Amino acid sequence: MRVTESPTTTPELIEVRGSRSVRSLLRAAEIDTRLLGMVAALLIIWVGFHFLSGGTFLTPRNLWNLSVQTSAVAIMATGMVLIIVSRNIDLSVGSMMAVTGMAMALLQAEVLPGIIGFDHPATWIITLVVGLALGAVLGGLQGLFVAFVGVPSFIVTLGGLLVWRGLAWALASGQTIAPMDWTFQLLGGGSRGTIGEIPSWLVGIVACIGIVAVLVSARRQRRKYGFRLRPLWADITLGAIGIALVLGAIGFINRYYLPEILARRYAEAKGIPWPEGGLNIPLGIANPVLLALGVALVMTVIATRRRFGRYVFAIGGNPEASLLAGIKTRWTIVKAFMLMGVLVAIAAAVATARLNAATSGLGVLTELYVIAAAVIGGTSLAGGIGTIPGAVLGALVMQSLQSGMVLMGLEAPLQDIVVGIVLVIAVAIDTTYRRRQAR
Amino acid sequence: MAHEMTETAPLVEMRNMRVAFGGVHAVDDVTIDLYPGEVLGLVGGNGAGKSTLIKTLSGAHPGDSGEIRIDGQAVVIVTPRDAKALGIETIYQTLALADNIDAPANMFLGRELTTRWGTLHDTAMEDATRKVIGRLNPKFENFRSSVNSLSGGQRQSVAIARAVHFNARILIMDEPMAALGVAEKAQVRALIRQLQQEGIGIILISHDIHDVFDLADRISVMLQGRLVGTVNKNDVTIDEVLAMIIIGKLPEEVTEKELEELHG
Repeated sequence: MRVTESPTTTPELIEVRGSRSVRSLLRAAEIDTRLLGMVAALLIIWVGFHFLSGGTFLTPRNLWNLSVQTSAVAIMATGMVLIIVSRNIDLSVGSMMAVTGMAMALLQAEVLPGIIGFDHPATWIITLVVGLALGAVLGGLQGLFVAFVGVPSFIVTLGGLLVWRGLAWALASGQTIAPMDWTFQLLGGGSRGTIGEIPSWLVGIVACIGIVAVLVSARRQRRKYGFRLRPLWADITLGAIGIALVLGAIGFINRYYLPEILARRYAEAKGIPWPEGGLNIPLGIANPVLLALGVALVMTVIATRRRFGRYVFAIGGNPEASLLAGIKTRWTIVKAFMLMGVLVAIAAAVATARLNAATSGLGVLTELYVIAAAVIGGTSLAGGIGTIPGAVLGALVMQSLQSGMVLMGLEAPLQDIVVGIVLVIAVAIDTTYRRRQAR
Repeated sequence: MAHEMTETAPLVEMRNMRVAFGGVHAVDDVTIDLYPGEVLGLVGGNGAGKSTLIKTLSGAHPGDSGEIRIDGQAVVIVTPRDAKALGIETIYQTLALADNIDAPANMFLGRELTTRWGTLHDTAMEDATRKVIGRLNPKFENFRSSVNSLSGGQRQSVAIARAVHFNARILIMDEPMAALGVAEKAQVRALIRQLQQEGIGIILISHDIHDVFDLADRISVMLQGRLVGTVNKNDVTIDEVLAMIIIGKLPEEVTEKELEELHG
């Protein structure tokens, strides 16, 4: 899919056109060209589907839905990046989603009501905390087998794929557990599970302040040590683009309004007379999307600004050197699997809340989507290379393809064919790109 | 530079070290010592056990038996962390760099500088790295690209910089000049002499006998896992050391005929 990034695939052509300046421009601005290529590919997919689907893709409604549908896979993909970077794999995330989702459902639907009553305000918090702890335990257990017993992660998590799925079934004897707690449901999005118009703008403003703060502090740091600074124009342009993207996205999402039936009900309840052109109540950012963005931010900090993240990358680059440098490589691996488990539990909470039910079939084949998202996002299966924003973009690309094909009315098996081909082509292009860069 | 063995206590004593892999004795009852401000050359053919011996000191592979003393105190070195805590730094033959991260990240690997928020202080680490590597290799520029894009000499500079930055008292250098050009080699030689002057004890492993003769005060020779002997550089000729390496005979045992056959 990064075919679009022609500067790398046909360098000769580009040189002739004199775009060398573009490349040196990007280099001066220290922009990750691979990430930029992914964004370009995503935009092309979006515009392409917009035309192919007769103008239904690039609508606030569709993009809002797309963002909600992407969140669970995106949350897990951020953890899968670290797992794959450390030269491991986790095939169990789909099944682990089912078992943690089932445990959380049972807790809030059958256990807690008997202790603290139905729809107690603390139910969702207790459920979530227990669910995350369970995820950490299951992930950590797999990590222990990988790091301390030395069973390849492929095998350990293949076992996990079977065991956790079976356990999810056994927990409820194969029954579907529903409904979820009234507050817990908010985690899943839906018309109630959003933050509304004004808070969405506030989130956007906080994000903009964050962008400026990061750029300014990086500049200040580099000046303090007398390093060469990134050109001021580059910093200003980057900041402006970032702010424009954030505010543009929020403005667009805020044009998705509460469906008319619900809006009428709302108007009735509030005693507002139904206005002429309808009542437009923006839903704002959905809770799971906000959660996914928060997870992506935290995971980026963990991956790039914390010792643990640095060690995961070092282990992926050279396990022996990491050991000789005095890193506790085994514990680092265990921690990575624990983190993965926690993220799976968060995704499971989002998915069960959204479905308002838990079944033992939750997350079948999801492990493949999560791995594909990480890999499309530039994570190398050989280890040592990968980024969190890349994985989130990868998840968005996968979901965009699926959602676009649904809008086009393509049959499910045909969708699989497209997704499979895209996965292989994306990695093929990435591999070629890396080889050219390494020269 | 030459130490007075009778006056100074050894910095490192390795006594009766043994390491076995399966049934093979890679290191068999070897005893060596190292004094402050001394360069000890450790030489021998391939598979003589040099690297295995120093791995017991650097914590990369603990010995099966034997005793290690630092400043006369018996110590236990099981992990690289133990060795570093005792002021032992090692430049490995393989360089032991993580190829996918940059030079500052490699230099501070396992000992990162952090900000008061607990996050990595990349600018401070880059600054320190620039200073240390700048001394070794003034032309070094790529501080922010992953080390797999660097030349062999530059990678070696990173590995050396890492070993000298953390105020080591004992420095183990396993083939430190293998990938270096002439100018870079000269820098490393100057560095070794400077470190020696600062009182650091250095164990130098090299296949280049001329380098060893140039830099070492004493030379320990290993053959098939055993120590042939340790000689004072000023008391022997290169040929006599070669005889120790190849036929395992000490200068006083070796005959004129055998020395001539070495050049056969």
